[in-house]
Amino acid sequence: MHVPDGFLDAPTSIATGAVAVAGVAVALRKARTELDDRTAPMAGLVAAFIFAGQMMNFPVGAGTSGHLLGGAMAAVLVGPWTGALCISVVLLVQSLFMADGGITALGTNVTLMALVGCGVGYAVFRTVVAVLPRREASIPPAAAIGALISVPVAATAFTLLFAVGGTAPIEIGKVFTAMVGWHLLIGIGEAFVTGLVVAAVMTARPDLVYGARHLIGERELQIRKAAAA
Amino acid sequence: MSRRTFYAIALLLALLLAGFGSYYASAHPDGLEYVAEQTGFIDAAEQPKTDDSPFADYQTKGVDDERLGGGIAGVAGVVVVLLVMCGLAFAIRRRRTPETADH
Repeated sequence: MHVPDGFLDAPTSIATGAVAVAGVAVALRKARTELDDRTAPMAGLVAAFIFAGQMMNFPVGAGTSGHLLGGAMAAVLVGPWTGALCISVVLLVQSLFMADGGITALGTNVTLMALVGCGVGYAVFRTVVAVLPRREASIPPAAAIGALISVPVAATAFTLLFAVGGTAPIEIGKVFTAMVGWHLLIGIGEAFVTGLVVAAVMTARPDLVYGARHLIGERELQIRKAAAA
Repeated sequence: MSRRTFYAIALLLALLLAGFGSYYASAHPDGLEYVAEQTGFIDAAEQPKTDDSPFADYQTKGVDDERLGGGIAGVAGVVVVLLVMCGLAFAIRRRRTPETADH
């Protein structure tokens, strides 16, 4: 979903740039509470893994492909604020070195994929976690549902930006239908990959999954109780 | 699994995907690009300003072989992203002192 230079006019790009700068500034402050010596390398690896994952375009239909956006995955694995920083770093490197996503569109891309992607992905994840049984097996499907929803929501956010500041006179309903339609399909791929990766980390090192911290705490309490008795 | 082993496997997987697997990725336009073509605003896209970067379009300048050039670009990208994000995470992390280790 990398927006190139030119799709959105200058005022809209400046506005999304301001939103991105504000969002990243808040994330830099809030991520402090999510990161310590143990989890800092995890943040680097999650960002590197999502960069790699974004290179793996999968076909979604006649002549179209999609790839992992990674917002929900990063938010569940390292926390929503650190996750937003991970995606922002990926987008910055892609824009500067890979010519993927415009420089003037960097604010738009950070807003859509880092802020909306992580924010919506994590909010849906938490909602689903609250509904599902309180155990470790609930974490991967909750992450997958967060991923599934986050992609069409980001596509809708792009459509709104295009309605406000699109540089070509295209009927917005057509853009909306096409964007959401295709990104629902891409969202299914996103859900599949996110569920798989989160399940793998939950199997290997559940203590490194930010979204499962509430369960790990419980587990420690149970051990202490047993030791006391 | 030790944390070190886990991190090593994750990094190896990222390097394999970016350095080797990406050659087999779908070359079709992604969702946004396709919609832009379909509905007619693809021409609004400008030539990327970083087009002359050594790894533009996930290829490597001076390497003609697509598989090799794509692989080098992928590995370079993974390494740069890893270093930048690790550096950032360590710079802003909560430092543990012995007194606050158990919070």
